[in-house]
Amino acid sequence: MRDLTLPLSPDMIRELKVGDPVGLSGVMLTGRDTAHKWMVETFIKKARAPQGDDLAVYEAIKPLLEGGAIYHCGPVVAGLDTRQYRFVAAGPTTSTREEPYQGEVMRHFGVRAVIGKGGMGPKTLTACQDVPGVYLHAIGGAASLIAQTVEAVVGVYKLDFGVPEALWVIRVRDFPAVVTMDAHGGSLHAKIEAKSKAVLEKLLAA
Amino acid sequence: MRDLKASLLELVRLAATDLPPDVEKALREAREREAPGSAAAGALDSILENAALARANSTPICQDTGTPIFYIRHPEGWSTRKLREQIREAVAEATERSYLRPNAVDALTGKNSGNNLGDEAFPTIHFEEIEGSTLIVDLILKGGGCENVGAQYSLPNAALGAGRDLEGVRKVVLDAVHKAQGQGCAPGILGVAIGGDRGSSYYASKEALFRKMEEANPDSQLAALETRLADESNRLGIGPMGFGGATTVLGVKMTNMHRLPASYFVSVSYMCWAHRRRRMTVRGDHVMYE
Repeated sequence: MRDLTLPLSPDMIRELKVGDPVGLSGVMLTGRDTAHKWMVETFIKKARAPQGDDLAVYEAIKPLLEGGAIYHCGPVVAGLDTRQYRFVAAGPTTSTREEPYQGEVMRHFGVRAVIGKGGMGPKTLTACQDVPGVYLHAIGGAASLIAQTVEAVVGVYKLDFGVPEALWVIRVRDFPAVVTMDAHGGSLHAKIEAKSKAVLEKLLAA
Repeated sequence: MRDLKASLLELVRLAATDLPPDVEKALREAREREAPGSAAAGALDSILENAALARANSTPICQDTGTPIFYIRHPEGWSTRKLREQIREAVAEATERSYLRPNAVDALTGKNSGNNLGDEAFPTIHFEEIEGSTLIVDLILKGGGCENVGAQYSLPNAALGAGRDLEGVRKVVLDAVHKAQGQGCAPGILGVAIGGDRGSSYYASKEALFRKMEEANPDSQLAALETRLADESNRLGIGPMGFGGATTVLGVKMTNMHRLPASYFVSVSYMCWAHRRRRMTVRGDHVMYE
């Protein structure tokens, strides 16, 4: 297990290879479907004008994302009424839905670690080489276990997106994941896809 | 009619936090098949550790507590309107207690209702009147990641060389497993329906998921195909989480229904390893869970 402390330097990222188990510590941000669409449309493509607290949130998340990590996660959160927030269950969601946005978000904000499950495609893999960055695969469904690595909920933005879609700022210790896409063009997902395709073709011909 | 809200709340809590024993057993057996030290073995260790922790702490196994889908078989004389109200109250209370994540999102406005109550289909509730005096409530929590990798095929399918027979069914199901890769949280359980129309076929494919892991199909042809499909899916080598490994699916549950002469649908509902299904049985004053 390799210990990684946020923020991440380019050298730390380049040392990581597909297959490496890591334990991540520090402050990171959750963000999934609504957040990615909002970031790209409002601040990268500028297809919609900033509204409400958009600009204030943008300024607040920039330093968190620079060299930082974004976690594809829609948590179960206790303490919504008292705002004494606590993560009860917090496993990863399927990352491939962010494939249209992720590379641009990584480049724009300097994100060096994308955390989720199921892997991502060629656009994100290219961004991992350019930024540089890595894709860290957490264990899908292991939500109670992963929530125990969340030491504190530091804050939340865009709660009007709904609890699962909000941008939660969390401090984690020894968050467990495996590198499945690295900064050298390696992707476990591309490899498994190709290997299983070859087996499928044999089974279909049988 | 008695108020079952508290009992229904317990049903939801069990479904969300306490993985059924037959599913956990299948996961343990899968763990034994993976190479020691492999990423696949590590994933299954985390999955088993998480299941124990969720049970001990009454916290959700997975944060995506999915669409709550209720199948209710009730004796004559029960008010389905009142049962629906009690279910909705129990679901809102379970959300308040963090057994469920607020998951009902308005498709037009994007607004999350905050309490898991949406329109008539959220939570989804199916009613059926049965003989006798026993009320049976089955609940499955169907997460979004695995629901997204479900697939429906209309046979024949030229690209896959799949004709209108069980051999064709075999080919399209394998294609669905390949396309899903690890994204439905492998190792999954497949619910497969043959026949019906597009709607009834998907409905039946989910109903098939209520069969216990060790329960063989009563139809010998389908029983043989279930075994073969589980074996061949595992030969794809996708493995737990798509990390590569020996177990891609834990089991296959098939069902068949009548179809139109013109239609031959095969529907695949992929259930993630966190197969959260529970049953509540009410007989007189007794409420039992399994």
